[in-house]
This record gives sequence, C-alpha cells and structure tokens, in this order.
Amino acid sequence: MTKDIVIIGGGPAGLAAAVAARDAGAKEILVIERDEILGGILNQCIHNGFGLHTFKEELTGPEYASRFIKQVEERRDGIDTLLKTIVIDVRAEGDTKTVTCMSKEQGIFTVDCKSVILAMGCRERPRGALNIPGLRPAGVYSAGTAQRIVNIEGRLPGKNVVILGSGDIGLIMARRMTLEGAKVHAVLELMPYSGGLKRNIVQCLNDFDIPLRLSTTVIDIGGRERLEYVVTAEVDKNLKPIPGTEEKIECDTLLLSCGLLPENELTEAMGVKINPKTGGAEVDESFETSISGVFSCGNVLHVHDLVDFVSEEAKEAGKRAAAYVLNTVPARSTNEIRLVPGAGVRYTIPVSIRKERLEDLLTIRFRVTDVYKDPEICVYFDDKCIRRQKKKIVAPGEMEQVILRRQDICAEENIKEIKIQLE
Amino acid sequence: MAEKILTCIGCPMGCELTVNYTEGDADSVVVTGNTCEKGRIYGTNEVISPKRTVTGTVNVVNREGTVVSVKTVPEIPKDMVIPVSEELNNLYVEAPTHIGDVVVRDILGTGSDLLITKNII
Ligand SMILES: Cc1cc2nc3c(=O)[nH]c(=O)nc-3n(C[C@H](O)[C@H](O)[C@H](O)COP(=O)(O)OP(=O)(O)OC[C@H]3O[C@@H](n4cnc5c(N)ncnc54)[C@H](O)[C@@H]3O)c2cc1C
Ligand code: SF4
Repeated sequence: MTKDIVIIGGGPAGLAAAVAARDAGAKEILVIERDEILGGILNQCIHNGFGLHTFKEELTGPEYASRFIKQVEERRDGIDTLLKTIVIDVRAEGDTKTVTCMSKEQGIFTVDCKSVILAMGCRERPRGALNIPGLRPAGVYSAGTAQRIVNIEGRLPGKNVVILGSGDIGLIMARRMTLEGAKVHAVLELMPYSGGLKRNIVQCLNDFDIPLRLSTTVIDIGGRERLEYVVTAEVDKNLKPIPGTEEKIECDTLLLSCGLLPENELTEAMGVKINPKTGGAEVDESFETSISGVFSCGNVLHVHDLVDFVSEEAKEAGKRAAAYVLNTVPARSTNEIRLVPGAGVRYTIPVSIRKERLEDLLTIRFRVTDVYKDPEICVYFDDKCIRRQKKKIVAPGEMEQVILRRQDICAEENIKEIKIQLE
Repeated sequence: MAEKILTCIGCPMGCELTVNYTEGDADSVVVTGNTCEKGRIYGTNEVISPKRTVTGTVNVVNREGTVVSVKTVPEIPKDMVIPVSEELNNLYVEAPTHIGDVVVRDILGTGSDLLITKNII
C-alpha cells in the first residue's frame, strides 16, 4: 500500500491532523489506530469540561471525540482509517517512509508513504514509579486503568480508596469513585503543590470533602492477596519521608496518578531526536522532527492537560505535513534560530525555527519549573529583551504560551537564539 | 449570617474567597479575598445556588459488560449530585445509543434531562 501521509494514532491529535491535512489539499491520508474505535483516551474521559476553547461549550470526552470523528467521516474522499491495527515499526529512508503494521485480519504488512505524523499519545508512568519494595497485592491500579474499568466496563475496582498523586486523572477519579459509592480516604501528593487544575481540586475534592495531603507519600503497603492498608508519611524539602509522621490507612484500593509519559518507542527506534525534558521529539516551527517529513503532535510530543491545545497543535502539524507532501514549503535551511528555555522555564515547543518557514504568528508553548507569583514572562532575541508580560501566577501544571509575530522575528537581522525566561 | 471559605476557580490564581451571607438571600452576600469581579460572581453563586453537571454511566442491557456515558443538562443543584448519581444505578438503555438521546426527562424532579454522551453501535 502507498499513501501520502500516514498518521499513527486515532486520538484527538491524529484526527485533527488528518482533517487539517485533507483541508490543506493532501489526498491519500491513512490513520492507523490500534483500538477498535477512534477517539483515543477521550473515550474513557466521560466527565465534562472539554472543548471550551475549541467549541465554546463544555463537552464530555466522548462528545469532543465524536466532533472530530464526524469531521473525518465527512472527508472520506481523502482519509482512510485502519482500526485494530498496531504500528510496530517506522523506517525513514530518504523521502520514503515505511510503516510496518500488524492486525489480526491482515497479519504483518507495510505501508509506504511520504510523510508520517506521530500521534500515539502518552501512557501513565508505570507503577515502578512507586518505590515500594516487597509485596504486590491486588488492588493497586494506575488511575487511568481504573478510569477505564469504571467508565467503559462499568465495574468498581474497590470500595475503600487511597489515591497517590494529585494529577488531573487522580482528582477526576477521586470524584468518580465517590459517586459510584466508594469511600476515597485521601489524595496524597509528594510535592508541596498539586499538579492538577484548580477547578478539579475544587470540584472533585472539596465538593466531597476528600482531603488533599501535600508533601505526603506512601512508604509501605500491606495485604496478602488483596491490598489491606497503606502507610503514609510526610516528606521534607528533599522529598525524604520524615520519621514519626507515619500513618496507616485501611483500604482495598490504591490508585497511582504519577504523571504521564509520551509513548515514543517507535519514535526513538526510527532515530528521531528526543528532547529529554519532555520525553517527546524535538520539533521545529512546523512540528517537524529531526527527520524530514516526520511530524509529531499531541501528547506524544509533550503532555497536555487540555485537549483543546492538542487539537490546535495537531491541526498545525497536519497542515504542515500536507505542505510537505505537496512541496509547497521551503526545505529546511541551515539558518535556524534556536529556542532556549531560560530561568524558570522547563522546555519550549518548538525548539527551533526558520524564518522562511514561519507563518504570520508563531505560538511558543512552554511549562515553568515551579509555582511563581507575579512573574514577568520575558522574551529575548539573543541578549535583547523584546517583551515583558506580567502574570499573576504560573504553575507547572498549566501550560503557558507566548505568541510572536513573524515580522518582529524577521526584522532582526542575525538572531541566533530566542530565549523565554521568568523574571 | 454564615461564612464560607472557597477557592475561586475562575483562573489559575485560585484566590481564597471569604463569603458572608444569609442563607438563600442573594442580596446579603459579601465576598472578600477576590481579585476580580469573576470571583465575586463565583462566590455568590456558590453560596446561593451552586450547580454542577453530573456525569456517569448507565448499563447497556444488550451488551454485556458495557456501560454508556451520560450527563445532566442543564446543570443540577449541587445537593442533588449524590441522589442523581445513585439513581443512575437503576437505569438502563439499549444499544445502539446516540449522543444526545434522552435517557430520563426531569431526573428526580431537578428539571434537568439525562442525556447520552457516547455513540455505541
Ligand atoms: C487517563 C487519561 C485521562 C485524561 N483526562 C483528560 C481530561 O480530563 N481532560 C483533558 O483535557 N485531557 C485529559 N487527558 C489528556 C489527554 O490525553 C489529551 O487531552 C488527549 O487525549 C491527547 O490526545 P492524543 O491524540 O495526543 O492522545 P490519545 O488520546 O492518547 O490518542 C493516542 C492514540 O494512539 C493510539 N496508538 C498509540 N500507539 C499506537 C500504535 N503503535 N499503533 C496504532 N495506534 C497507536 C492509541 O491507541 C490512542 O488511541 C487525559 C489523558 C489520559 C492518559
Ligand atoms: S477572583 Fe479573579 S483573579 Fe482570583 S481566582 Fe477568581 S477569577 Fe482569578
């Protein structure tokens, strides 16, 4: 089989990329999804709050996904989808990319294409992240697994629950398990702040009087076959448990919500350069990775907390991939400007830009390293500060962005570096 | 007079609001601790008539081991969240389901409808 663009992953990122690529004129687009339905992780996120930016209304996850699935259905003249098919390898040799797939019906087969969009999403940090030696009784789940069990299969994994990690999925599951009749004893967070959205802390914990204990972790769990208790302890500045603060909580279920990791095994195997800060590919202004014609967007690029931004980013990647296959974009010159995270900034997307490939506006997304009150977000062109923007508060849990104009970047003769920094 | 401490969810600032009020009397509400008008409106609504959307699942009778997701439209009073969630256990639908299908009208007298949020073929 040959195609113009193969998109790996049929979640919101893959779907938005497909629609945008089609609208930009690409004709032979194939979306490959390992699940039996399109929509990705949104299918299990049945709570509402999606789409405020994109559709100006509050949708649930499946409703948000269905909007994009519909857009794909309306473009069947150019977009094909393969379900229950997993991509196991991608090779790039010159202009041709070879995607190796596997499905029950067709066995192993390959698709050749000009461009690949990586949209595989992320998965949860494995439970190894929980550094507890010894027993592994039943009743310990990742929060996302529990979400699938409750929301898709309609079963309740347990009745007495402790949640470790206050990321959004953990918070959402605290409410969900409570509404299904379970008792959630506490949500524990190792850090002195929660990584979750304020709205979720208020509506998922405070509404149900579920305590959030910051700077607290689980140091031991017990139970023979099924979990019977966890032992918690407060931690000091260096995240080490403080002796004497131990507390035993009886419970049959421990949910781990310890963060998400981009799913980049395929990306690494094909030799794409990975940004160690995000765990995702390094991309330029076109969401193009270090291999020409290979693009990346959505959670596989960097972990998002709002699906609206995923869709926005994926749309751009789809458009750029279409331009690549239609040959309407200048090839990458060596004249790149690097984007550098300065003080207080953990990473930026993109990591490099080329003036001749910029659109009118360039959106730079980034995350900060810590909670800062009243910071100024500063943009430097080499050593010159060209913008200061006051903010009331920034936090690692909320993605930030600055938007620059092409004309401002192009007005400068020889910039080598654009730095984003907090002051 | 009653007093309530709330966290405003209007923006990431998360201002801590102190709301003084007489039960059920919107004119009596005094919000302090807010940085902007949004916080005052949020604080007032939260003590006078807090509302929430309930999302959950109901059984699909003709698909074993499958549930379908639902939500209340419009939002229901906050104190009805638990009763409505419990009521979901007594309900069921048949596949195929379509987004927007009504499962129950005026669920538990809240004036809100329970709608399907997922297509199951
Ligand atoms: C458990 C969980 C809960 C979340 N809750 C929220 C929330 O409440 N609100 C919010 O705004 N965001 C939430 N998010 C963030 C959410 O991931 C993003 O909003 C959005 O779903 C990301 O879209 P995506 O397309 O990048 O990834 P995904 O939705 O994960 O889609 C990736 C798709 O790629 C497929 N795939 C992966 N590898 C392969 C392969 N090798 N071959 C074929 N197919 C493959 C997967 O099956 C999947 O369908 C949540 C994320 C997780 C993991
Ligand atoms: S009061 Fe205003 S500034 Fe404070 S959290 Fe609410 S919306 Fe934000």
